[in-house]
Amino acid sequence: MEIEVFLGKIKAEFNEDYDIGDLGLDDNIKKMDWWSSMHALVIIALIDTEYDVMLEPSQMKSANTVRELFTVVNNIKV
Amino acid sequence: MALMEIKNWKISGIATAVPSNIVENSGYNSLSAIEKKLLVKTTGIERKHVAEKTQTTSDFCEVAANKLLDKLSWNREDVDLVVFVSQSPDYYLPATAIILQNKLNLSSNCLAFDVGLGCSGYVYGLSIVASMISAGHLKKALLLVGDVSSSTVSSSDKSTYPLFGDAGTATAIEFSENSSGQFNMMSDGAGYETIIIRDGGIRNKVSKESFDLKKIGDGISRCALDLELDGLEVYNFSVTKVPPLIKVLLEKTNTIPEDYNYFVMHQANRLMNETIRKKLKFTEEQSPYSLKNYGNTSSASIPLTICSELSGKIETENQKVLLSGFGVGLSWGAVTLNLDKITCLPIIEV
Repeated sequence: MEIEVFLGKIKAEFNEDYDIGDLGLDDNIKKMDWWSSMHALVIIALIDTEYDVMLEPSQMKSANTVRELFTVVNNIKV
Repeated sequence: MALMEIKNWKISGIATAVPSNIVENSGYNSLSAIEKKLLVKTTGIERKHVAEKTQTTSDFCEVAANKLLDKLSWNREDVDLVVFVSQSPDYYLPATAIILQNKLNLSSNCLAFDVGLGCSGYVYGLSIVASMISAGHLKKALLLVGDVSSSTVSSSDKSTYPLFGDAGTATAIEFSENSSGQFNMMSDGAGYETIIIRDGGIRNKVSKESFDLKKIGDGISRCALDLELDGLEVYNFSVTKVPPLIKVLLEKTNTIPEDYNYFVMHQANRLMNETIRKKLKFTEEQSPYSLKNYGNTSSASIPLTICSELSGKIETENQKVLLSGFGVGLSWGAVTLNLDKITCLPIIEV
């Protein structure tokens, strides 16, 4: 599981509908002007579908960057 | 796990009534343009039918029941049982089912009582009515299920307001040898705060403070008498708890998804329901949705979806269906049964 692929999947999911700009691994996604609580749901569903990992709501709430999300998912996968 | 087969009952007809007033989510100003797009993508909800202030759940159930009784040509004296399942009853007391017994001109020999459940309520209601019918002493029953959730959500809460529509349904159930349904149902009160209205019961009686509108976050303001919903917790609960319960039911009934014509889920939100569908390997064609035009109608969503999406099919052919409700409580359940050329009325607007 590669972090750049992970980032690419998240960007692709949102870029389908609108331009989220140049999202980086260490950007705080929850501080982006486009972010809303619905995005959290979309990310959880995406991770569940793509990686067969169901994030706990607390894990989603505590992860602020794509890198932190990747770490959580990776730790569960391992 | 409450796994059980209930014999000697069948559904004879279903009717659904909704308010004629339609509210478009595109016009909801608390959502940004991006959020509106995302709302439709995640929930699938574009509009919902919203009751006028004077309309209650029982009003919609009454209309649905009257039309259904007429269509079935049931003698009202013959209805032995009325069960009203809702989280929006007319009064704190008496039970709404008893008021409906009178409004529907049913006999006073009729048993009538309420059950306080939401999203799982249709499956639970079927199990209660089926159990009482199964013994053979009661022959005909009405299961009246619905909610006017719009009266319990804050219009200033973008996390709940766009989701919920209103509806009332009536399901006619009667004694029938050689018909049965297999149920599996579960509950988990540890999650009682996941979907909750905090004030207004005995635990937290209504006070002056109950009406204080509090800002919870951007676009989210509500008071303690308004519905509060933790979307991430609901999602997590639904996609982790519902598929295993259904898998056990499939094993118990020795069936596989391909054996079913339809898998009708509680209409919560499309993203969540699609995740459940894919985990269970039901096809898109097997899984109808009414979310786009009616939103989440709580306990009414399963019968409403049957009326809006399947009426042609179930009136002309025997359809094997798996129904599943899940949500507030937390409470979840599923039932497998046959809908064999039943009466299914088009959605009635009131």
